[in-house]
Amino acid sequence: MSVVLEIAATGVAAGFLAGMFGVGGGILMVPAMVLLLGFSQLDAQATSLAAMLPALGAGALRQRHFGNVRARAAVTVGACSLAGVGFGTVLATSLPEPVLRVLFSILLVVVAFRLLWEVRGRRRAPLAQEAPGLPNLPVPEGPAPDRVGSGL
Amino acid sequence: VARDGGVSVPGAGESRRLVGIGLVAGVLSALLGVGGGILVVPALTVLLGFPIKVATGTSLVAITATALTGAAVYGLLGYVDVGSALLLGIPAAAGVLLGAQLQQRLSGDTVQIAFAAFLVAVAGALLVQA
Repeated sequence: MSVVLEIAATGVAAGFLAGMFGVGGGILMVPAMVLLLGFSQLDAQATSLAAMLPALGAGALRQRHFGNVRARAAVTVGACSLAGVGFGTVLATSLPEPVLRVLFSILLVVVAFRLLWEVRGRRRAPLAQEAPGLPNLPVPEGPAPDRVGSGL
Repeated sequence: VARDGGVSVPGAGESRRLVGIGLVAGVLSALLGVGGGILVVPALTVLLGFPIKVATGTSLVAITATALTGAAVYGLLGYVDVGSALLLGIPAAAGVLLGAQLQQRLSGDTVQIAFAAFLVAVAGALLVQA
């Protein structure tokens, strides 16, 4: 298979991950560009950010059609992650990356088990937990208790 | 600390968590070179109780902000190879439709189990690089 076909196939697979799991697909595209095209890590990461844009746009429209997008939450997370990137870029020079990778890997495995535990809980209590997606009811934070005395 | 009864601003607690999720996702993606999605999706699910499909759809919109900004900045600096970006990106746009379509056909629990397996695979890939 020619390199062009391999790169295009990587693109399809990366897009599939985006549609299925809500990620950008850089996890596949970056190593593909390094290994197949001989890109440096920086060139590959930079190019992957541009390469994932068509899939992010198409995927966002598709998921919105399915009712799977909460716009306000997305805008808040997106805007704040931009601030986080700026902060992270400053930090990046002062922290050992291999240690970070190991710690992050452990975090991912812990999160994976947490997600599986949730599914297990739902399956064990199918009727009592029929609406497991309901968030905890917000506790009113208003100044009601203070009013009781001062209103007199 | 008292707010306006939480009527016009639904869930101040949720907003704070969304801000935290965004900041942490941004910091980690800069530090590790992973996209924010790998963190945003489980955070929305575990911390805010989003159904997994809603978490993935919302994540796609959220990480567009960082991808767009990153691509623009790196592009101006000359690090983006436009030809390769198109060669990956156009097929990816087809792949995302396949992925979203399949996801829609699966139950939320199945998607969540598959996502957990994906996380473990990514953890393995990161360890190999470390």
